[in-house]
Amino acid sequence: MTQSALSDIRILDFTHYVAGPYCTKLLADYGADVVKVERPGTGDGARHIGPFPNDTPHPEKSGTFLHLNTNKRSITLDLKTDEGLQTARDLAARADAVVESFRPGTMDSFGLGYEAIREINPKLVVTSISNFGQTGPYRDWRGSEIIFYGMGGELYSTGVSEKEPLKLGGTVGLYQAGTIAAYATLGAIFEARDNGSGQHLDISIMETQAGSIDRRMSMLLAYQYNGEITERTPLGAASGSGGYPAGVYPCANGYFQFTGGGNYFPRVLEMLDYPGEISGEEWLTPESQADEDMRGLFEVVFYPWLLERNKAEIWEQAQKSRVLSGPLNTMEDLHADPVFHERDAFAEVEHPEAGSLRYPGRPFIMGATPWAIRSPAPLLGQHTKEILAELGYTETEISSLRKGGVA
Amino acid sequence: MTDRLPLEGVRVLDMTVVWAGPYCTTLLADLGAEVIRVETIQVFGPPTRGSSARPPQFVIENLPPFIGGMPNREGGSRPWNRYPLFNAHARNKRSMTVDLLRPEGKEIFNRLVAISDVLVENNPTETMQKLGISYDDLKKINPGFIMLRMPAYGNTGPYQNHRSLGIHIEGVIGHSLLRGYTDLDPSANTQVYMADAAAGAGGAFAVACALNHRRRTGEGQLMELSQAENAVPYLGQAFMDYSMNGRSQTTLGNRHPYALQGVYPCKGNDRWIAMTIFDDRDWELFCEAIGNPNWTREPQFATHDSRRENHDTLDSRISEWSRGQDHREAMSLLQSYGVAAGAVLDQRDASEDPHLEARAMFEKAFQSDVGAYLYPRAPFKMSGSDVRIRRGPVTLGQDNEYVYKTLLKLSDTEYDALVESGHIGDEYAEHVP
Repeated sequence: MTQSALSDIRILDFTHYVAGPYCTKLLADYGADVVKVERPGTGDGARHIGPFPNDTPHPEKSGTFLHLNTNKRSITLDLKTDEGLQTARDLAARADAVVESFRPGTMDSFGLGYEAIREINPKLVVTSISNFGQTGPYRDWRGSEIIFYGMGGELYSTGVSEKEPLKLGGTVGLYQAGTIAAYATLGAIFEARDNGSGQHLDISIMETQAGSIDRRMSMLLAYQYNGEITERTPLGAASGSGGYPAGVYPCANGYFQFTGGGNYFPRVLEMLDYPGEISGEEWLTPESQADEDMRGLFEVVFYPWLLERNKAEIWEQAQKSRVLSGPLNTMEDLHADPVFHERDAFAEVEHPEAGSLRYPGRPFIMGATPWAIRSPAPLLGQHTKEILAELGYTETEISSLRKGGVA
Repeated sequence: MTDRLPLEGVRVLDMTVVWAGPYCTTLLADLGAEVIRVETIQVFGPPTRGSSARPPQFVIENLPPFIGGMPNREGGSRPWNRYPLFNAHARNKRSMTVDLLRPEGKEIFNRLVAISDVLVENNPTETMQKLGISYDDLKKINPGFIMLRMPAYGNTGPYQNHRSLGIHIEGVIGHSLLRGYTDLDPSANTQVYMADAAAGAGGAFAVACALNHRRRTGEGQLMELSQAENAVPYLGQAFMDYSMNGRSQTTLGNRHPYALQGVYPCKGNDRWIAMTIFDDRDWELFCEAIGNPNWTREPQFATHDSRRENHDTLDSRISEWSRGQDHREAMSLLQSYGVAAGAVLDQRDASEDPHLEARAMFEKAFQSDVGAYLYPRAPFKMSGSDVRIRRGPVTLGQDNEYVYKTLLKLSDTEYDALVESGHIGDEYAEHVP
């Protein structure tokens, strides 16, 4: 049997919604045993947000939950009871890492704070994912995707200057926080195995934006170097100052995007098969790329060329000439793309309540230790009995926990 | 706290370009891996160390700040060491130069592979072919070797050599159409690079996974992270909606699928506050925070659903209030009532933000060609490992002596010959524009 990369790692998972569950999904999908602790009755809040099939809410059919919790086992535990807490402590004793995404201080209030938990297991890594981190003046503040992007990331410079700043799509920032947390967690596990000592990781979602390569670090550095502030650009200038063509253009069946200015312009001329109107030597000078009149002349040729072609035709032609470019796909386009299917980039997952659905697949291919869906997202408390039995609880103890509403 | 870092002893050869790959190796270096950028002085591959090696002054002046905002907007004698585009991610790394297109360069590379653990690259698939570098060969040199490739769309299939930046990848996976203004077409979209951030973090996680396997078995492996495929899970909700309902979601602008949400103008020039009101309880807190004005009791705002139905009207009422507020004071006020609100922080605001300062998000680092400045640190904090900026952004060829003489044990004569033949240097060759 092929081994998974992380099959020797045990995670105790107290996370909910998106950032934390994506962290533990990454670990689970590459082989870690992830035990997800959910509140009896309601479970992870993500079970109650959509999308749902036919827009009909059902706690076992949330698309958000199904996607983010593959390969995990669910145990329900009421952490506010002594018995529930004891079970959590028993689970922590045999785990490599606890990952939690409560508001700072919540784990302490349960009696599961870092200091308490390391007494049970000194090698334990505790990864806390929170809005603003475990320290500092904003520690207890509330957040949301748009707020993290606004305070930590580049919301300020995203959008047009005539309008308000504009967020990115969905909750991409929360996923990014989850990936960073998964990476740091593995690092801390290595360290614990090498020197016998666990530690507390403090992942602030705001800081995963402030330290992001998506423009923020470079723009913060430009401020440090030169006092420069990056503002939103006026409508029509979204393509930036790197010459032309750059940005999003309409085509026969949607929109297409180019980065073809500056040094890349000769490739664009090749793509267009060297139209007579823009064939002189003056088109190859750096100055021509900063000349607005020449940009206008270029567009007179370029727009009709685009509008006669669909996204697929343009992409093929552009890539033949190595032009940095791509179509603006809808989700339908992506789901239909033959290349993603050929590469097995999506996963078909069978779930007892939600049925068989296409899910986003592996983020990366590992040659020796493949990504795999071993089990779909768990039903609420699906593995409670199994996990309690693994801990050595007797049948009687298990049914008393269940009867008392603890598990 | 120990001085030892989790990836100490792991040597990474870094052939990454632009942002996605370099962010991966930044994260590896933050955790203590010895990351050696393998660069060449014979070719300038934009846009990694800037837009070009020796840009004319008018080009430097016209580059956006994140690329060209170098100190005083002056390139100096070695502009490639001064671009924020590069220096923002180049902390804790080393740099050596070698021309891999020549046989003796390849020989040096192979000797490095023999004493390293990991190779990371994110070039078009054919680039490695042209350089004659394949995992099968590297594995023969070093059986436990790990290689991470990070192409845009994958190393197989019809898109394998497609030229893309993160911005194009986002278009292909559907992100661009999920993030525009609702009343403007996507040509108004700002170019963003979320897929680069995703690939960098995903790549670092991938290397850690492979290291875990190697720690147990001694076995190395080849990994392939398609930057496009890696970012598809980030759009999971929209992806699942299509799977479940055949619906291609369109942009919500700044709105939220089930809360009330917006970005509202504040006092001053281009000052804004972002706010999310999730439920009835939040609405009550919000009303209280702004002094319960009469309009909040209008029937159209009576329930969460009716507030969502009248979101436009609600936004203009909130804006009437917010226009009189300082963005940071409004944030503190709303948060003191328990409302999720955040000032939209420009680069100055963020650099002076008391919370980021309290958490030491910026650390001072020195580099020979720019001097000492504050840089954003690693995007995580660890209580037991001394993660920090140990070294400023690496200059081209800064570690040639270390790599050639200390690691590869070349004599001074051999080293000088490689300087002479254009492998070793700390400046791009004169023929490079």
